[in-house]
Amino acid sequence: MGVGIEVERLNAWFGKTQALHDITMSVAANHATAIIGPSGCGKSTFVRCLNRMHETIPGARVEGKVSIGDLQVYNGTSATKVRRRVGMVFQKPNPFPTMSIYDNVAAGLKLNGFRNRRELDEIVERSLQQSALWDEVKDKLRKQSGASLSGGQQQRLCIARALAVQPQVLLMDEPASALDPISTGKIEDLIFQLKEDYTIVIVTHNMQQASRVAEFTGFFLLGELIEFDKTEKIFTTPSDKRTEDYITGRFG
Amino acid sequence: MRTRFQQGLGELREKLLRMGGLAEQAVDRACQAYIERDLTRCHMVLENESAINAAEREIDELALDLLALQQPMAVDLRFILAVTKINSDLERVGDQAVNIAERVMDMVQLPPAELPVDIPRMATASSAMVRRALESFIEGKAELAQAVLEMDNVVDRMRDEAFINLTRKMNETPEVTRQALDALLVARNLERVADHATNIAEDVIFWVRGADVRHNVAAAMNIAANPPRQRY
Repeated sequence: MGVGIEVERLNAWFGKTQALHDITMSVAANHATAIIGPSGCGKSTFVRCLNRMHETIPGARVEGKVSIGDLQVYNGTSATKVRRRVGMVFQKPNPFPTMSIYDNVAAGLKLNGFRNRRELDEIVERSLQQSALWDEVKDKLRKQSGASLSGGQQQRLCIARALAVQPQVLLMDEPASALDPISTGKIEDLIFQLKEDYTIVIVTHNMQQASRVAEFTGFFLLGELIEFDKTEKIFTTPSDKRTEDYITGRFG
Repeated sequence: MRTRFQQGLGELREKLLRMGGLAEQAVDRACQAYIERDLTRCHMVLENESAINAAEREIDELALDLLALQQPMAVDLRFILAVTKINSDLERVGDQAVNIAERVMDMVQLPPAELPVDIPRMATASSAMVRRALESFIEGKAELAQAVLEMDNVVDRMRDEAFINLTRKMNETPEVTRQALDALLVARNLERVADHATNIAEDVIFWVRGADVRHNVAAAMNIAANPPRQRY
């Protein structure tokens, strides 16, 4: 099951540059929440703070409180423990190129010392089923490498890989922006199904995509969370003029 | 800035205003025809109906294109929805003008009768509502639109009075029944014009404030003025 995410007064820096200012937000469990905003507004930084990836950049720093269910993300918890609960999918599909499809999905589990072959088979199948890729790859699991798949398939493989370690939260940073409309549609359908089991936070430049998949939407601008509300409210009657200017294309 | 989209919205607005002008003119002509028993004006109203219908189709087509091709959001989305609904109301206003003109054409063939109904006053009130509703659209001002909503009761009352007085007249003086019936139908047509003006005003409020004020004005206006802040 997914769990809720509570973010309180989150601030983040790249060296001396502050990228996020006092972000406070409650992400609902088992729902999709979209993060929108112009380039450089801090939306990717925000999701990367949720799984401790921001601090991997030299000079980067985070302050504030983030809890994922009962887990404190920044209070002495190890980054590995956080990332086991929080899967991530990136803009560009990044399967391990030399590994087979099967090994790509099993990689996270194997890394954690998981060796039971029968269970591993089950998890790989379940993850590929959940990411709607199973039927397309079930006959070539070990024969073909992850890199041999099409872009859309590779992205679903990456989703399967993220799901295999059974996270509670799935972060998606522009997961469909490098895909054609058919693959995009598949990813969007998938987000809809995955909500039953996971909490999803999706960063997207595509506002139609946000309105199609997410129940809640947050609008970021210059590192601040300008507005956070139900998606239909944001896209029909936003409360803040800056949100309206952005989503109607009057911005800038 | 999405220049082409903004141009499209501007064009839609212009077309709707032109359509509004045609509908307003049709009602005024029909009422003038009633007052002056003027067949020429009646024919002008009938002939102009096709122009109104053509304008309605043009607006719908442009609105559909903008929805399909430009994916409007928020205030723009509400604007286009409001325009399509106002468009239908204006077309119906044109139809009411045609109905009035047809009643006048019938009346002109009958001897004039003294009737207990003030059609000119009712016409002035209904036309004013249409005009103000369109002004609220031009200015994008919900306050102007709200004033239109409040005027609707006045016209409703005039229609009720017309009904009572004209049915009494028909009972007392059966030989003018047909004229009285024509006048009663004209009063009803004017009351319908006022209803369409009310709908237009409601759509303007929806566009400007994002609030649906149909069927419960006071409560909705209050919410629109003080939108609840929700936190999740």
